Amino acid sequence: MRRLFAATLLAAASTASFAQKSAADGIAEYRAMLADGNPAELFEAKGEALWKQKRGPKNASLEQCDLGKGPGVVKGAFVELPRYFADTKKVQDLETRLVTCMEMLQGFNGAEIAKTPFGKDEQNNLTALATWIAAESRGLRFNLPQGHGEEKQMYEVGKRVFFFRAGPMDFSCASCHGEDGKRIRLQDLPNLTKNPGDGVGFAAWPAYRVSNGQMWGMQLRLNDCYRQQRFPYPGFGSEPTIALGVYMGVNARGAESIAPAIKR
Amino acid sequence: MADPMRIRAQAAGDKTTVRVLMSHEMETGQRKDAAGKTIPAWFIQEVGASHNGKPVMTAQWGPSVAKNPFLQFTIKGAKAGDKVAVSWKDNKGDSRTDEATVS
Amino acid sequence: MISKTLIPALLVASAVVAGCATAPSPQELDTLTLGLMKASFRDEGIAKADRLNQDLGQQACSSDKAPAESVAKQIEAEALASIKWPSGGQYIGDWREGEKLAQSGRGMTWTDASADPKANGANCYNCHQIDKKEISYGTIGPSLWNYGKLRGVKDVADPATAPIVQYTWGKMWNSKAYAACSNMPRFGHAKLLNEEQLRHVMALLLDPKSPVNQ
Repeated sequence: MRRLFAATLLAAASTASFAQKSAADGIAEYRAMLADGNPAELFEAKGEALWKQKRGPKNASLEQCDLGKGPGVVKGAFVELPRYFADTKKVQDLETRLVTCMEMLQGFNGAEIAKTPFGKDEQNNLTALATWIAAESRGLRFNLPQGHGEEKQMYEVGKRVFFFRAGPMDFSCASCHGEDGKRIRLQDLPNLTKNPGDGVGFAAWPAYRVSNGQMWGMQLRLNDCYRQQRFPYPGFGSEPTIALGVYMGVNARGAESIAPAIKR
Repeated sequence: MADPMRIRAQAAGDKTTVRVLMSHEMETGQRKDAAGKTIPAWFIQEVGASHNGKPVMTAQWGPSVAKNPFLQFTIKGAKAGDKVAVSWKDNKGDSRTDEATVS
Repeated sequence: MISKTLIPALLVASAVVAGCATAPSPQELDTLTLGLMKASFRDEGIAKADRLNQDLGQQACSSDKAPAESVAKQIEAEALASIKWPSGGQYIGDWREGEKLAQSGRGMTWTDASADPKANGANCYNCHQIDKKEISYGTIGPSLWNYGKLRGVKDVADPATAPIVQYTWGKMWNSKAYAACSNMPRFGHAKLLNEEQLRHVMALLLDPKSPVNQ
């Protein structure tokens, strides 16, 4: 009886110290289980169909859309965005570039799409398209161009945006993502001031979030970051959000994209 | 009409592994919206699978199954080129069937 | 809606792009960025666009490099002067309430209904380990396990403990008083928590009876 009691005490004591390791292992196991059958595939299929479908006032498909590698070239485009586009004379990320194509090729109203809340109407189609386009670059390594002056400038702006402290809690992106080996609660935080590794950070979005059953592109990911930073609401596709994409994407040069990924 | 399912069926020897991703809200009927009103239950109740037209699996689901459910099962005796069909029916009477070829 | 800083920022931007022979100076990039930030965010719920107005500390700490020593000293001095000490000299509340506050990360976002501190949590476990029983803790800040015990606090009424009690209050009220670019929010100064709530968190850390000090 006494031996059983002592053994139980020992088990209880060691559980506390092993709690950290097994919690992290448990979470890793859970994530591996989730990865098989990523609902992002449903959005990929929808996005591929939307790319080819004739839609909008001009009743045209997006198959001539130039994502940076020439009209209609989708493979490899995702890992080179954001980049400068000569026709719009600005640096654009995937989502704002898609809005440009939906406007120019299909006749949609780009400003209306930008004003539409996430999860509604054309924003849903935009998310599906972004998910499919990301999937077409899965396994490729990030290689954002920095040859154009505008691209270089956006990197510098993005760096400043990243470190911009404001709001009632004095947070910047760097407050959470500025150092190695940190976490909030049990959520590991990638250091986005440098290359955080394959399939991490910038290389893991768009992603399907199991906790709320939603597909999130980078614009929504940044939007929710700003919400948690207690900032005011960032405009969809606004320059600071694109600049952050340039900063993170250039820092991640060489990292393998696993988008669209799955998250808790 | 609901969004299509994604079905993959891969044969390895005598066993064929079928993986299905279904697009469905799977609302439990327990949640309340921002105004405090209960969001009505809406979930898949019956799932069936057939191999070359012959039923090989049936399942009865409830509200505890997650949104956009992922289902995996194995069939014996299927070979490449065979047809696998999966169908579901929900509590509102909506249904969907999709087909895939075993690879 | 064009803000007053947008037009000058855009002029700088167009001048910068037009004169592309030389890259923009760091100062021009700073001005450009500030203009873009001010022009790109809008009010939503309780989160107003004026939250982007930076004070000296926020401005000086918006960099991967630390501010100049003199600037850091100024920030710290102003922060120290801003601390409001608790009424009645009462520093310690109820550690049970403190644990509840430490567990809650609620408040101040644009999806929160009210900016009243009563609606806010203290956010502590997001960044700190506190009670060892809680395994879901962050590592952005140092562990606070045994906080009072390690600092020899056996009786909070003992005058010998006054310095540490006051430091702890001051750190929570305005963390920048002790480190100009501290990552920690200024819970009192920014009206994130009220006096009563701060007393409860103080108790969690300093009360010898708190589980944190066992």
